[in-house]
Amino acid sequence: MEFCQMTAHRLGELLRRKEITSKEITRSVFDRIEKVEDRIHSYITLLPDLALKQAAEADARIQKGEAEPLTGIPVAIKDLICTQGIRTTCGSHILDNFVPTYDATVTVRLKKAGAVFVGKTNMDEFAMGSSTENSHFGPTRNPWDLERIPGGSSGGSAAAVAAGECILSLGSDTGGSIRQPAACCGIVGLKPTYGRVSRYGLVAFASSLDQIGPFAKDVEDAALMLNAISGYEPRDSTSVNLPVPDYTKFLINDIRGMVLGVPREAFGEGIDPEVEATVREAIRTLEKLGAKMVDVSLPHSEYAVAVYYIIAPAEASSNLARYDGVKYGFRARGAYDLLEMYKETRSQGFGSEVKRRIMLGTYALSAGYYDAYYRKASQVRTLIGRDFEKAFAQCDALILPTAPTPAFKLGEKVDDPLQMYLSDIYTIPCNLAGLPGLSLPCGFAKSGLPIGLQVLGNHFQEEKILRVADAYERNTDHHLRKPNL
Amino acid sequence: MKISKEEVEHVAVLARLKFSEKEIERFVDQLNNILGYMDQLGKLETSAVEPTFHAVGQKNVFREDAVQPSLDLDLTLSNGPDPDRGFFRVPKIIE
Amino acid sequence: MEYEPVIGLEVHAQMLTRSKIFCACSTAFGGDPNTHACPVCTGQPGSLPVLNQKVVEYTIRAALATHGAIAPYSLFARKNYFYPDLPKGYQISQYELPLSSAGFVDIQVDEDKKRIGIIRIHMEEDAGKLMHDLSTERGAHSYVDFNRTGVPLIEIVSAPEMHTPEEAAAYLRKLRSILMFLDICDGNMEEGSFRCDANISLRPKGQKTLGVKTELKNMNSFRNVQRALDYEIRRQTALLDQGERILQETRLWDAARGVTSSMRGKEEAHDYRYFPDPDLVPIVVDPEWIAAIKAGLPELPDTKKERFIREYGIPEYDAEVLTSSKPLANYYEACLQVYAKPKIVSNWIMSELLRELKRDEREIEEGPVPAQNLAEMLKLIDEGLISGKIAKSVFEEMYRTGKKAEEVVKEKGWVQVTDTSAIEKSIEEILAKNPKEVEEYKKGKEKLFGFFVGQVMKATQGKANPQLVNELLKKNLMVS
Repeated sequence: MEFCQMTAHRLGELLRRKEITSKEITRSVFDRIEKVEDRIHSYITLLPDLALKQAAEADARIQKGEAEPLTGIPVAIKDLICTQGIRTTCGSHILDNFVPTYDATVTVRLKKAGAVFVGKTNMDEFAMGSSTENSHFGPTRNPWDLERIPGGSSGGSAAAVAAGECILSLGSDTGGSIRQPAACCGIVGLKPTYGRVSRYGLVAFASSLDQIGPFAKDVEDAALMLNAISGYEPRDSTSVNLPVPDYTKFLINDIRGMVLGVPREAFGEGIDPEVEATVREAIRTLEKLGAKMVDVSLPHSEYAVAVYYIIAPAEASSNLARYDGVKYGFRARGAYDLLEMYKETRSQGFGSEVKRRIMLGTYALSAGYYDAYYRKASQVRTLIGRDFEKAFAQCDALILPTAPTPAFKLGEKVDDPLQMYLSDIYTIPCNLAGLPGLSLPCGFAKSGLPIGLQVLGNHFQEEKILRVADAYERNTDHHLRKPNL
Repeated sequence: MKISKEEVEHVAVLARLKFSEKEIERFVDQLNNILGYMDQLGKLETSAVEPTFHAVGQKNVFREDAVQPSLDLDLTLSNGPDPDRGFFRVPKIIE
Repeated sequence: MEYEPVIGLEVHAQMLTRSKIFCACSTAFGGDPNTHACPVCTGQPGSLPVLNQKVVEYTIRAALATHGAIAPYSLFARKNYFYPDLPKGYQISQYELPLSSAGFVDIQVDEDKKRIGIIRIHMEEDAGKLMHDLSTERGAHSYVDFNRTGVPLIEIVSAPEMHTPEEAAAYLRKLRSILMFLDICDGNMEEGSFRCDANISLRPKGQKTLGVKTELKNMNSFRNVQRALDYEIRRQTALLDQGERILQETRLWDAARGVTSSMRGKEEAHDYRYFPDPDLVPIVVDPEWIAAIKAGLPELPDTKKERFIREYGIPEYDAEVLTSSKPLANYYEACLQVYAKPKIVSNWIMSELLRELKRDEREIEEGPVPAQNLAEMLKLIDEGLISGKIAKSVFEEMYRTGKKAEEVVKEKGWVQVTDTSAIEKSIEEILAKNPKEVEEYKKGKEKLFGFFVGQVMKATQGKANPQLVNELLKKNLMVS
């Protein structure tokens, strides 16, 4: 097997045994990129020079015996995360020349861990989308079927891992933007508890929902990445000051006695029959492994999409007000005065989905509508949170599909925004409640497209969902299948 | 009809966005469609429910009143579209 | 028709913290443009705010000093609008749940005492500075400096309970003094650390409902606040008398021309779309925290005034003047440390020192006569080294040169003449020179006593001890 197809934990082992070097791994990744990138388009910015430099530094560290689990491992970073001195576009024209003057917290942590930066990955503009079709830089394609979407908004980060164009990557998840692409691309994607990983340096979309998380080829790798990026950040008021356990210690391949809830609302209308069948099969597997499955209800699930599509655009409309052409980014030239400069800059700089959400969000907050929309949605958000509290009173984790269908075709949903929004139906609720959630492959449709299983946990119980997912993974082999590129 | 053309135009002004006639019309349709979907929230009785504005219940996160060095001027201006003698220069508002 | 003005005031005061409200940049005034800036206060993508605890503490101090209720639970909210000096496109402020509400300030205008309500006190961040090309043509520019962005402010909104420009000025003076006493604001109106906007409407006397109000901005001194309100009252009165309507608008005070003018053109629906800021968590204030802050509060003007009246036995008027500013109150008490006669010190400060300072438009801290010096001079009067009359000249010289009293007296040779024989000699000479007046005095023209005193004083260059002069003159006149 080529290095670029291996896991971080396996490569780490080989590196520490000095059987291979980071330079070799990095070269393998860049060779792979050369082979497949123009078909997939995972990346907006590639960093071959930096990567080789960091690989050399990593090799020196490894020689000295100072390696950490991610030292020398090539990682890709979603272009929504600030990297000092390296262009960070957020998938948008309005920031296509923006170079941050500081590193995000996760960037700092990856540097400290000795990771190697392959590049900044493609994404739906400002994380708004479920298909990566809303990128100013063109779409990313699903490595399993180049006519299909890789999911979104972190499509580039997911596709890169699935295609072997990096070993691990970082994405962000506001309404499912890590989990859904992970399901579309047949890999593991984890959204941590809100506040587990700092948002400092993550360009904000919806501040009360956004979280950074890993994409990986298997659960152990996801745990390694989570170890590296988690932790308290004093520059982030929403960062939670709780100790970070070693998440790999919980991968004990034993889920006997664990109580797993299956929300009955998860198998409602709109779910693809193959998805339903595959997920139910996975549930049977979990039962065979000794877990007790119980039927639970999250009665307010049906309102989650409506709640999300008020709150997220509302917060986004405010977060994106700073893109005004004054201090950074694109500025429309030749404007008559300030007002025209604002309008031209923002109208030319933003894509249509972003503008649509800004309009929706601005409306939801405007005078006379705040109570009916934003405040009301925030109250229903409380009800959704309470549903989960009740469920977790009796369960260790919840099991459900990640997405109602496998990856759809490029262009299939672009003209119907509401349809696009409804595809987030299984992933949105846990963002609203701030809970951790993970997706891993549980099978394939007849078309060969991957299907994802979602595991949700209670606040700061990432160890439980990793444990369940890991046990399932070790007793199946879906994660070993690779796309044919 | 939840949102009228005038309201859409007003929202565009608030958001400093400019649209063509066709785009405005399309927005009226799309936003009405989406907002219609939101109507279902009206079915829920929430008068006694506290809104959730923060996902995880933290309170009182503070920092000490201590000064740290500011960013170098050239870095602060480095992404500026029109830096001028230490300032960010912008077109003036014309009445 | 007689109209009653209804005035409400909105004060923005910069807090005297070292660092900004949401980041660690310095709050120091001045500095080259954009040199006190960082990713947070310039609204860089991905940056986040963290609240400076001192700002909460200072706001609680202000709430305690104005007897306001302190909210046990309060939130920050985003006020959304576009302006170049607002880097995030929103200002972090407080909306539905401010830190304090329902307070008051007691003011006095001439003899009338009044209580002005404070509706709310809340925390927010300041915006940057925007400077403009003079040209108004296409191609003209504005220049943005973010040094001031993020400096902590408290906004204090009064109830519309003032009815004259004098009351407004009294309220502002009192409020400013309180904030300065609390050491939370330096009250510098020129530098913009204490700003005021006014809302004013007129209603027919006796009517309960309020008229249409206009908002006044750009008044950078107490005097300008008064002048602007005066002008606006006259302007609105004239319009109402002509049967015209008042337009609800914002008007700028033009100090040079002495008028307010409309900011029309900048009008647009001000829909700030407030919502709780998701990047900041709620502030929970418990009684223990409030008690700790209360215990550490500096003595407030009203308490100090009561204490001065009680401890020093000075009249209320004196106490009011002496506690109108902290440095002045400190000056007074420093004098008393050296010369413990409260009424005398009070008189000297109020009549002599404050007059000189006012003429020079100087503050007490900038005055050339330290408290020690004044006190020592007063001692010299008691000791008889100088007369009370000459002390005035001594003081003026001390003020002019900054020198101590003893030095001035020596230099000018103003030592009091208490030598009885010397005075007697003088008296004899005067009486001898003025036999006619002596005759008339003896015949009953008692008024001439003053004339003789005057002459003796003149002959001794004012240095003769007045009491002795009186005594000896009486004696001599009786004899001869």
